[in-house]
Amino acid sequence: MTADSPAPGGAITRDEVAHLARLARLAVTEEELDVFAGQLDVIIGAVARVGEVAADDIPPTSHAVPLENVFRPDEHRPGLSQEQALAGAPAAEDGRFMVPRILGEEQ
Amino acid sequence: MSELIRLTAAELAEKIHSREVSAVEAAQAHLDRIAAVDGRVHAFLHIGSEAALASAERVDAALARGAAPASPLAGVPLALKDVFTTSDMPTTCGSKILEGWQPPYDATVTERLRAAGVTVLGKTNMDEFAMGSSTEHSAYGVTRNPWDTTRVPGGSGGGSAAALAAYEAPLAIGTDTGGSIRQPAAFTGTVGVKPTYGGVSRYGLVACASSLDQAGPCARTVLDAALLHEVIAGHDPRDSTSIDRPVPDVVAAARSGARGDLSGLRVGVVRELGGEGYQPGVRAAYEASLRLLEKLGAEMVEVSCPHFEYGLAAYYLILPSEVSSNLARFDAMRYGLRAAEGRSAEEVMANTREQGFGAEAKRRIMLGTYALSSGYYDAYYGQAQKVRTLISRDFAKAFEQADVLVSPTTPTVPFPIGDKVDDPLAMYLNDLATIPTNLAGVTGMSVPSGLADGLPVGLQVMAPALGEAVMYRVGAAFEAARDADEGGPLIARVPEVSA
Repeated sequence: MTADSPAPGGAITRDEVAHLARLARLAVTEEELDVFAGQLDVIIGAVARVGEVAADDIPPTSHAVPLENVFRPDEHRPGLSQEQALAGAPAAEDGRFMVPRILGEEQ
Repeated sequence: MSELIRLTAAELAEKIHSREVSAVEAAQAHLDRIAAVDGRVHAFLHIGSEAALASAERVDAALARGAAPASPLAGVPLALKDVFTTSDMPTTCGSKILEGWQPPYDATVTERLRAAGVTVLGKTNMDEFAMGSSTEHSAYGVTRNPWDTTRVPGGSGGGSAAALAAYEAPLAIGTDTGGSIRQPAAFTGTVGVKPTYGGVSRYGLVACASSLDQAGPCARTVLDAALLHEVIAGHDPRDSTSIDRPVPDVVAAARSGARGDLSGLRVGVVRELGGEGYQPGVRAAYEASLRLLEKLGAEMVEVSCPHFEYGLAAYYLILPSEVSSNLARFDAMRYGLRAAEGRSAEEVMANTREQGFGAEAKRRIMLGTYALSSGYYDAYYGQAQKVRTLISRDFAKAFEQADVLVSPTTPTVPFPIGDKVDDPLAMYLNDLATIPTNLAGVTGMSVPSGLADGLPVGLQVMAPALGEAVMYRVGAAFEAARDADEGGPLIARVPEVSA
């Protein structure tokens, strides 16, 4: 998955799936690695067709309608209360989101 | 069974507004129906009986005071796809990761429905985070097609479509990212509309793929869809992609279309969506539809959209890319599920996502992560965005030759539950005909066009961006002519669901 990765269309390996899962913050089981490797390979093989048509002189479209900045008057408006914002949190303490350790123990 | 549930939304509204029937009676009739059949259909994930009856009571009280109805649909019950935030009901998007989550605010669509006095009955089942073509990818179990409960109702809005076909609600709301309103409409013999991108606010709609998602109306008739369209459409300053232009007068268009004259109108028959590889019954119904449009006086023109055949490939690169980014918000920190195990935030996040997401969501997250990764980005995502340009150009050219375009909505009739669930690519092929409109942001609808092997199929009508009026006109004319030919609406032939 580096800049000099092989050309598209190569088979997706189990290791690649494991790497993608790490990038996507997704724990996957051993069994899922096999299933996804096979399925992703088939899907990528099918969607690689996009390379057949689009020439260099075609501009990409990222959005169906041209986007421009939308501004509104810079005025105070009510937002969610602290209580509302925390209402769905898996854990909260002292009016804040409580999260697991972010830094490793060695840090 | 109460006859109230058989009425169209327009008919029911008339009875409520003339106070022949109360909004509470209408709500109760549908709640009773849900209680009787939803155990079998499973269209709903949550029923909000109390809130629904309270809302209906407010409509009745206002009418009793002599006030004008808040909207032409005041007092009419509706089923809301569980992807819209609701401050009085859970919003789960068919996912375990949001099990029981109650949002602190209403989506703009929810707000507009409430302001219009529409009775929100509950939240409907869907493929997880709107990813799927069958409603088999819901964490809360499959929805069944009322026409044949061994078959899928389509997806991702299968719950909304099934609720209509099972007479659990006369109106529903869906979202369409690649066909999730139109394909279930075709599979259930109902009407589904994907408005122009930006035509209905996405504020408070949990995102699947932001550049493609579009909320829209689901109904049993074109006129009902138009009435609902007008309630939910229009500019919303809270959505920066919302179009700040007047909403086309779709209700007038539907009414004029129902008079059944399409002379002077050019209907483009898309050669590339003409039925090659489609099921024979689907093809036959489509050919009959074309003859019917011609009989209505439309001028039939063959148009070619050569890049549509790459639409599916482009879509299944762009969609997962946006999904992988949008679903990154489910990080187990601020809302939703949090896995108990994990020594660090990163591990807790990875474990939570493993437990919380189903197979299709994971597959698409990984596909998107792949398509966006360094070294592959240009070859996949970049190329897909170029195909998007080519498809928009195909549409532009076709709309120079024709006012609307038509195709079958889906290549097949509803398939048996379990048939394609382990074959993602086969499942994806079902969206072949609906995807181009999402990529280009134009509008499309599915209207019931007949039965194939005893199961419903749909005709897709597509129009340019903000061209909803002409699309509704054609849809209504087609519906009226078909109903006249067949001696009644297709939906009247749906078998009674046994509990």
